[in-house]
Amino acid sequence: MWQLIGRRALAAIPNVIGIVVVTFVLTRALPGDPAAFYAGPAATQEAVEQIRTKLGLDQPLWRQFIDYLGDLARGDLGLSLSTGQQVLDEILRRLPASLELTLLALLVACVIALPLGILAATRPGSWVDHACRLITTLGVSLPIFFTGLLLAYVFYYLLGVAPPPVGRLDSMFSPPPQWTGFYLIDSLIAGDLALFRAAAAQMVLPVATLAIFVLAPIARMTRAAMLGVLSSDFVRTARASGLSSGTVLYKYAFRNAMLPVVTTMGMVFSFMLGSNVVIEKVFAWPGIGSFAVDALMQSDYAPVQGFVLVMALLFVAINLMIDILYTVIDPRVTIDA
Amino acid sequence: MNALDPSVAMVVPEADASGPPVPLLAVESLAVEFRTRSGVVHALEDVSFSVNKGETIGVVGESGSGKSVLFYAVLGILDAAGRISRGRAVFGGLDLTQATAAELEAIRGREAAMIFQNPRVALNPIRKVGHQIEDVLARHTSTPSAQLKKRALEALTAVRIPDPERRYHAYPFELSGGLCQRIMIAIALACTPSLLVADEPTTGLDVTTQAAVMDLIGELARRRNMATVLITHDLGLAAEYCDRIVVMHAGHVVETASTTELFAHPRHPYTAKLIATTPHGTNDLRSLAAIPGNLPDLRRSDLPPCRFSERCDRVEPVCQTSPLARQAFSAGHTVACCRPI
Repeated sequence: MWQLIGRRALAAIPNVIGIVVVTFVLTRALPGDPAAFYAGPAATQEAVEQIRTKLGLDQPLWRQFIDYLGDLARGDLGLSLSTGQQVLDEILRRLPASLELTLLALLVACVIALPLGILAATRPGSWVDHACRLITTLGVSLPIFFTGLLLAYVFYYLLGVAPPPVGRLDSMFSPPPQWTGFYLIDSLIAGDLALFRAAAAQMVLPVATLAIFVLAPIARMTRAAMLGVLSSDFVRTARASGLSSGTVLYKYAFRNAMLPVVTTMGMVFSFMLGSNVVIEKVFAWPGIGSFAVDALMQSDYAPVQGFVLVMALLFVAINLMIDILYTVIDPRVTIDA
Repeated sequence: MNALDPSVAMVVPEADASGPPVPLLAVESLAVEFRTRSGVVHALEDVSFSVNKGETIGVVGESGSGKSVLFYAVLGILDAAGRISRGRAVFGGLDLTQATAAELEAIRGREAAMIFQNPRVALNPIRKVGHQIEDVLARHTSTPSAQLKKRALEALTAVRIPDPERRYHAYPFELSGGLCQRIMIAIALACTPSLLVADEPTTGLDVTTQAAVMDLIGELARRRNMATVLITHDLGLAAEYCDRIVVMHAGHVVETASTTELFAHPRHPYTAKLIATTPHGTNDLRSLAAIPGNLPDLRRSDLPPCRFSERCDRVEPVCQTSPLARQAFSAGHTVACCRPI
């Protein structure tokens, strides 16, 4: 098992190198001149040139790239020009906010989508099946920013049951002492139930928005995979052996259907990382997505590079996890496959 | 009667001197239909036959004649679209067509087991074969969990799998087709059923393995006095292993006879043609005659009473109109034909 993880991690190294190169080139290819931006509209040509030299932007590209690699090796993602903070610190501070949202939404989506998909597959044509189809159609056809705005409009503005979309905590609360960076967990560690409730209340709408978005592909894939497996020969054998329907459904059918579902979950998680950018804007969530958008608007290279790099590393980590899950579920997957 | 109680469900009435033996399984006038988008498929119609204790019968017919569906229906594992519309299937005193799902589950795998073709895909691909045997044992026997592995290894030994201790931990993809079929047999026979339905058990295996698998089934059946139903399209295979043969065509049983009687005096034109299409040691391959035409579309509402009449060279107007009569020629030899040979 450890050998497998090691090999897969090694295989990810070329990906990471590629990511570093592409991020570097892409950020340089963006329109806008950061030197001019920082010098301000009234700056003279000399002042702009001065700033350009200071930022190292007058160097040839390869020279800038080598400097960038050297910084990376020291764990230095550079300074954010707009906030004056170290990008690494900024990202580490904001990453838990994004992850807490994403992971919780994925959990919620799975808790709803897996049983829904199974029920729909075992009772094709029933009302559960139709409900499953309706929900998945809605989930894929509603754009995520629209769902987010709609939920905020209905539950905060019209009904007033949800707290205002102002980020992770109402201004009346101060964040819990940091252990994991996840407010829900940290507030429980601090034993502060009121704080837990406040943090949870803030999460309801953004989590619901994200969960509705990813519920659809998971439920659809579960239903399709279960339908395929339930009509397979080995399920017929299990039924012919008189195994109880529960055993047939879970030990035989569901475990086999998990394979494509796990793949889907990996893909869905990647979508969610991307959608975070939108969700965080809608709900004023202080995550890394909104950070990256702000930086991009201001031609602030370093945070954008850092953001893309962190996202790419997360991607690689998720794929590694899915590979490992696969080998746990399916004995046919070998280390070399 | 309570089928969940092993002491009751096991009771198979013994033959007594005063009359014919009560069959282990008696299927009477069974009809099965499937509702599909393009209409109702009358897959089985008026199917009757019986299986005696310890006997081996062959159910023979070309693909699509309803052989497998017949036993799916009897064992209660039809697709959701299929249903038994008429008839009875009495097994060990219980009418399976009226039994509840729980009663059927308790009988399947314990009293009546089934093995399938393509054993490699008929086993759970991601579960150790030893555990698949244990699943059945745990379901149907009161074996304590500490003893399950021992019983599973015994089941593997019984089907003569070499090195059972190692094979216990194998996954189906690590085993050959022949070994997988032995595992299937081990699963089916783990609870010593009184009826084994083997649905084309040798399809997808190479010829030498076929013989080994068939000999194994035959030997285990003899030793355990287990009735065996061999579903096959291979009349030669049925001739070699079966005491009696039931010939099916398009959802009808067209002829039933002992194997020797059937080959000596086939009465139904379809049986005669089927025998003529079967190669054996002495006939020239060029002399094999194909049966013209295909199975009729079973969704048709205007199906003639005799579903073979459109392919039959002895057909007469009466075949298309008068209801299909079942005639008995000698003890145990019945034919459903208006103009038997």
